[in-house]
Amino acid sequence: MSTSIQRGIAAFKQQIDTPIASFFNSCVHCGMCAGACLFYETTQDPKYTPINKLEPMRRVWKQEYTFWGRLAKTLGISKPITDADLDEWQELLYDSCTLCGRCSLVCPVGIDLVYMIRKSREGMVASGHAPEGLKQATSRAMTIGSPMGVTISTFKKQVQHAEDECGIKMPFDKQGADYLLLMSSAEIMEFSEFIGAMAKIFKQADVSWTFSSEAFEATNSGIQIGSSDLAAELVQRVVDAAEKLQVKTVISPECGHAYTAIRWDGPNLIGRAYKFDVIHILELLDQLRQEGKIKLEGLDKEKITFHDPCQIVRRGGITQEPRDLINSVSSNFVEMPCSGKWNWCCGGGGGVSANPDADELRLKSFAIKKQQLDSAGAKKLVTSCSNCRNMLEDGIEEYEMDIEVIGLTELIADHLKE
Amino acid sequence: MTTMELLTWVRGPGMTIAIILMLFGVAVRLLEMLLLGRKKDLSVARVPSTAKYGWRTVLTRSLPSMACLKAIPVTFITGYIFHVGLLIIVVFYVPHILFIRDLTGLEWSGLPFWLIDGVTLLTMLAMLVTLWYRVWDKVRRYISRFSDYFVWTITFLPVLTGYLLYHRQFLPYNEMMIVHIVSIQLLLISMPMTKLMHTFTFVFSRWYSGEAAGRKGVKV
Ligand code: SF4
Ligand code: SF4
Repeated sequence: MSTSIQRGIAAFKQQIDTPIASFFNSCVHCGMCAGACLFYETTQDPKYTPINKLEPMRRVWKQEYTFWGRLAKTLGISKPITDADLDEWQELLYDSCTLCGRCSLVCPVGIDLVYMIRKSREGMVASGHAPEGLKQATSRAMTIGSPMGVTISTFKKQVQHAEDECGIKMPFDKQGADYLLLMSSAEIMEFSEFIGAMAKIFKQADVSWTFSSEAFEATNSGIQIGSSDLAAELVQRVVDAAEKLQVKTVISPECGHAYTAIRWDGPNLIGRAYKFDVIHILELLDQLRQEGKIKLEGLDKEKITFHDPCQIVRRGGITQEPRDLINSVSSNFVEMPCSGKWNWCCGGGGGVSANPDADELRLKSFAIKKQQLDSAGAKKLVTSCSNCRNMLEDGIEEYEMDIEVIGLTELIADHLKE
Repeated sequence: MTTMELLTWVRGPGMTIAIILMLFGVAVRLLEMLLLGRKKDLSVARVPSTAKYGWRTVLTRSLPSMACLKAIPVTFITGYIFHVGLLIIVVFYVPHILFIRDLTGLEWSGLPFWLIDGVTLLTMLAMLVTLWYRVWDKVRRYISRFSDYFVWTITFLPVLTGYLLYHRQFLPYNEMMIVHIVSIQLLLISMPMTKLMHTFTFVFSRWYSGEAAGRKGVKV
């Protein structure tokens, strides 16, 4: 039987590849990454410097994969990594990292810090150092099918409500539909207007689509906690459902981490390419708009600004689409400072929102978002991620600001020409 | 051994040994890095050539960035000055060019002495500020280890001794020349053992980051 620390180190080792070795070899300890991280910026505590979050992984790399490190280990002069070290780093690798990837933009030698933080979490899970909240969310995702514990019958009930409200019947398990629409639990439970909005848009655009009663959840707690096995199983459920229904394309819902999971990480997790395409809902909406399949009317005059979800813009490459969509329904769209790929995170990505240990720090880090919002001076804030939306509302309440948060898809649906 | 004999030895066989040790060490370190391998990414890229984005980042991370300048002026400005300064001193100081010519047969024209002199002073100044900032600023201090100060010292010494040598200060010419050359050799040999490896690996790290982001259509 190996001890938990041995399992942890083995998992760290397994994650280390040529890019990671090149990153550690290149780091010059300039500390520039600190200024890019919302947690350092809002606390000024140097322990939140992104490269410091990677100390356990760096030590494993050094001791296991470098000549000098191995020599030192053989001679018994290097300090072994202990459970206590990993315990201390739990806060740094989970509570104070939203996997937002902003640090990876500034490093002068091009170190992709967030790539390594995501991978470090594998070692943390293997050694038993993941936060309780995330463990529970992951276990709900595995057993119930949703990190928030939304069952298929609850989902169907929510869809039924939405059908009653908008008067449009929504298809389940329609064989051979063009699109399979996935959801995030937050959209189902907290922002269920999204369901009706989608149905209205698809009806007008005459899109052939369906839900699946075997896989509706797009978010992936396995990725956030750092367990590739579980993450792969969650992706596989979607892949099986999509391939069974023989859909051409799977639509990722607004949720940014869901998009990363299904669009970029998914094929690597299950070890093969999909037999279908994946498109983000914003890409699809913009495409439908450009093709003239959805007709919009009315321009809002009230000042409106947009929060770019990290996984959609910086880690997802969808920057222009939301802007074009907003500009087609608003005549007064203003950017926040540092928008687009430089946007500051809402504070709750990467599993932070499912981790109550992080609540206090998360709200503190919202100060940077507040600054951005204050400079934009808009009373309406659009975003395109249910998790961001939750976090933004939370922060706005905490800081007693007067700003309304709206989802982009609903905004578009509200402007559909009847 | 007389001073002259010692000088001849450090310039000749001594230098050869140092260069061989450096090259061998760097080769080993690069090999141990490359042998780890990188899994093929199975997701469908947004762009036809992700490699192009890798090369793009290799170049663009050397360009001045307003975002970084504003966020962290001291590290940014001094870092820029001493890297460019070191490059100019090594590549465009006439005695260095002659030394490289003897070694490789390659030759190019150098810059006037007064200019190199100014660049050297500026480089040393920038490096001193970097050191001060490493000790004074809490982030830099927090993430610094012994090796950071060691690397600073062995990078500073060749510049300092070269400056003293040119101005005939501190030690007689030949003695100072020996000290200067040995300090360079120390720097060379330390390359594969320290963060000076970034001289070789920065191309890889930038490329991997740029390539991965390029897959998603993001220019980083
Ligand atoms: S910015 Fe890059 S090189 Fe500088 S300390 Fe951070 S990771 Fe290391
Ligand atoms: S990914 Fe974002 S939150 Fe995490 S260390 Fe980097 S900048 Fe900070």
